[in-house]
Amino acid sequence: MKKENENSGRRNFLKFGLLAGGATLTGLGLKNTLFASPPETGTKVKVLTADGKMVEVDSSMIAHPSEEKLAEFSIREGIPGKKFIMVIDLARCANARKCVSGCQSMHNLLPPIEFIRVKRMQDTEITAPYWFPQTCYQCDNPPCTKVCPVDATFKRTDGIVAIDSDRCIGCKFCMAACPYSARTFNFGRPEQVAYNEEHAKDLNKCGATKSGTEGTVSKCDFCPDSSAKGILPACVTECPNGVIFFGDEMEDAVTNGEETFRLSELLKKRAGYRQFEELGTKPRVYYLPPVERAFPFEEATEIHNKAE
Amino acid sequence: MIEKDITSEKTTHETFTQEEYMVMKRDLLRPIQQIGTWGKVWIAFLVAVCLCGVYAYYIQETKSKYVTVSLRDYTMWGVYISNFVFFVALSLIGVLMSAVLKLTNFQWYRPLSRIAEVIAVAAIMLAGISIVAAMGRPDRLYYLVTHGRIQSPIVWDIIVILTYVATSIVLLFIPMIPSMSTCKNHLTNKPKWQMKMYDILSFGWEGTAEQWKILKKSVKILTVLVIPLGVSIHTVTAWLFATTLRSEWDSTNFGAYFVSGAFLLGVAGMVVAVFVIRKAYKLENYLTEMHFDKLGKALVLMSFIYIYFNINEYLVPAYKMSGLHENHLLNLFIGEEAIFYWSVVLFGMLIPASLPLIPSMRKPLPLTIIAVCVVIAAWFKRYLIVIPGLAHPYLPIQDVPDSWRHYSPSLIEMTIVAATFAAMMLIVTLFAKFFPIISVWEVAEGKLEGKDEIINYK
Repeated sequence: MKKENENSGRRNFLKFGLLAGGATLTGLGLKNTLFASPPETGTKVKVLTADGKMVEVDSSMIAHPSEEKLAEFSIREGIPGKKFIMVIDLARCANARKCVSGCQSMHNLLPPIEFIRVKRMQDTEITAPYWFPQTCYQCDNPPCTKVCPVDATFKRTDGIVAIDSDRCIGCKFCMAACPYSARTFNFGRPEQVAYNEEHAKDLNKCGATKSGTEGTVSKCDFCPDSSAKGILPACVTECPNGVIFFGDEMEDAVTNGEETFRLSELLKKRAGYRQFEELGTKPRVYYLPPVERAFPFEEATEIHNKAE
Repeated sequence: MIEKDITSEKTTHETFTQEEYMVMKRDLLRPIQQIGTWGKVWIAFLVAVCLCGVYAYYIQETKSKYVTVSLRDYTMWGVYISNFVFFVALSLIGVLMSAVLKLTNFQWYRPLSRIAEVIAVAAIMLAGISIVAAMGRPDRLYYLVTHGRIQSPIVWDIIVILTYVATSIVLLFIPMIPSMSTCKNHLTNKPKWQMKMYDILSFGWEGTAEQWKILKKSVKILTVLVIPLGVSIHTVTAWLFATTLRSEWDSTNFGAYFVSGAFLLGVAGMVVAVFVIRKAYKLENYLTEMHFDKLGKALVLMSFIYIYFNINEYLVPAYKMSGLHENHLLNLFIGEEAIFYWSVVLFGMLIPASLPLIPSMRKPLPLTIIAVCVVIAAWFKRYLIVIPGLAHPYLPIQDVPDSWRHYSPSLIEMTIVAATFAAMMLIVTLFAKFFPIISVWEVAEGKLEGKDEIINYK
């Protein structure tokens, strides 16, 4: 009992609670134990069930959701027990554009195609402008998935809005439906096609959204393969200023790789908001307003995506 | 009871002189009987434009779309989609010019109904082709059947459009059964296969009272059915836009606005078609100045209805000028698209609403010029509905190449659009070459108005 708790700590303890209690026909460990029932070890472990009861079970009943097992998820269903969330701290963004290039190399994109964009925003004439990194907001009420005629884009249980590019017919209705213009279409830009051919092997690092399929829609997908293994998305790790925080809403924690915050407290303390809340799309990306900035605002002098 | 009726009707036919009827038949079958040099040139020209379109589509699909098409991430729906909306609107011509007039007992529909129906069938088919041209992966078209989701407005649109196509074709061909019999019996010098076709399509028509009864009844049922279907196709097409959150399309008015626009386009399209067919086939005795007079009045009525919905659509949001609509509306009223927008208002609404009020403007030539303006303005109106708003999304477009900001259709896109127009005219022309473009029996029946029904002519 001691050993179990020492190693796993609170996190695994909660994870077990989620997996077992979520009941979960899709759950991994418990399903195996139910059908295979491995020999009992005799060691008893106390665990918390989903309805808050403390129960004592044999340690053989516990399966640790290891990285490999978490990575074994169905692309359409998502990673069990997760609810990915992102927080972008506008006070820290200096338009270094490392998130953009990191994302492009992760998804094998060439400029001007960007899954994450950094925009210059100014709310009113008398307030200072600020830089505004914009991803797909993985909305909880996604307008894009509603209109898809063939179920090629869908909402997963882990919160990610994903695209099945083998299914997409290229009608672009989802792009018309997205009020944030977060989606991009693969028109088969010759440079991009050549690049994809060269790098055919390392395409589709992120699993859910294949960006190399011509004639289909793609977009930011929260790097689901990395996320499944507990690795932060490329935009988060590449940012030199720790602007982007990523985490699991179920754990109530977000991190930029260096600092970790309790999500609910961070949003409350820093007045976190979601873009165009009034549209009712319920984004899973929060912004922290650009107050008490880490850097003074500097206009971008370089034009990045000039080439056709 | 019914049998008694039939026998009593049988005795009251032949109020129409055989001679009169023969003249009518000769006039209306003339377009099929012979084809002039100009007719051949016209068909060759249309075929050539269609082939250019096919070749352009081949280039578009085999080469990179980034090069062949000027669509980009922001303006991802271009001229193909606006052309699709135009053709769906045009296909409502059958509903208005045939079904509505027929059911409201306006007798002047008689020589117009078949023209309207064939244009409707051609237009709705080309709307479908426009949509396929816009698809990124046309090879996956069948996924709409194998993986279709009923929640998507696209699937609704496909369902209503296919139903409308089927109903319109049946509605076109059923009233043609007696005409096919006329063709079979009176056409000479035609190849064997063509005569065989008339024979098959006349479905053993003998013109008995019972057959007439069945024919009239089925036409009536289909006519009633086609009205809600027509309204649905265009309403659902409007919903393709109105079900999104984009400010330029976020309107509860959209369905009615689209349908009213389609009716205006329908009348204008009819005027042009009637003018051309009248001149080309010398049918002045059947497509008379009276028809232009009536169509001119209909044009005014439909313009006023359309203006009403335009006021709802543009001026009411403009009064509020909410932050979400401001960008798009100001761009149309005083911005980049202003000249474009106000020209469409002038030629597409104000001119057809005012000029045909003057009787001399309802003569064939002036009315046709007005109608051509309306048709062109209607095409650009759909362009203005679909495209400029896309360039003004909620979040600003920044840091992109120039071509991503401004859309203007590429040569390939325009060739395909031109080909859809050519194909539509080709379908109508070829139809008129093989089938009577004016229904012989319906016109004859109209001439007998107030007299007893003719029953047994072939």
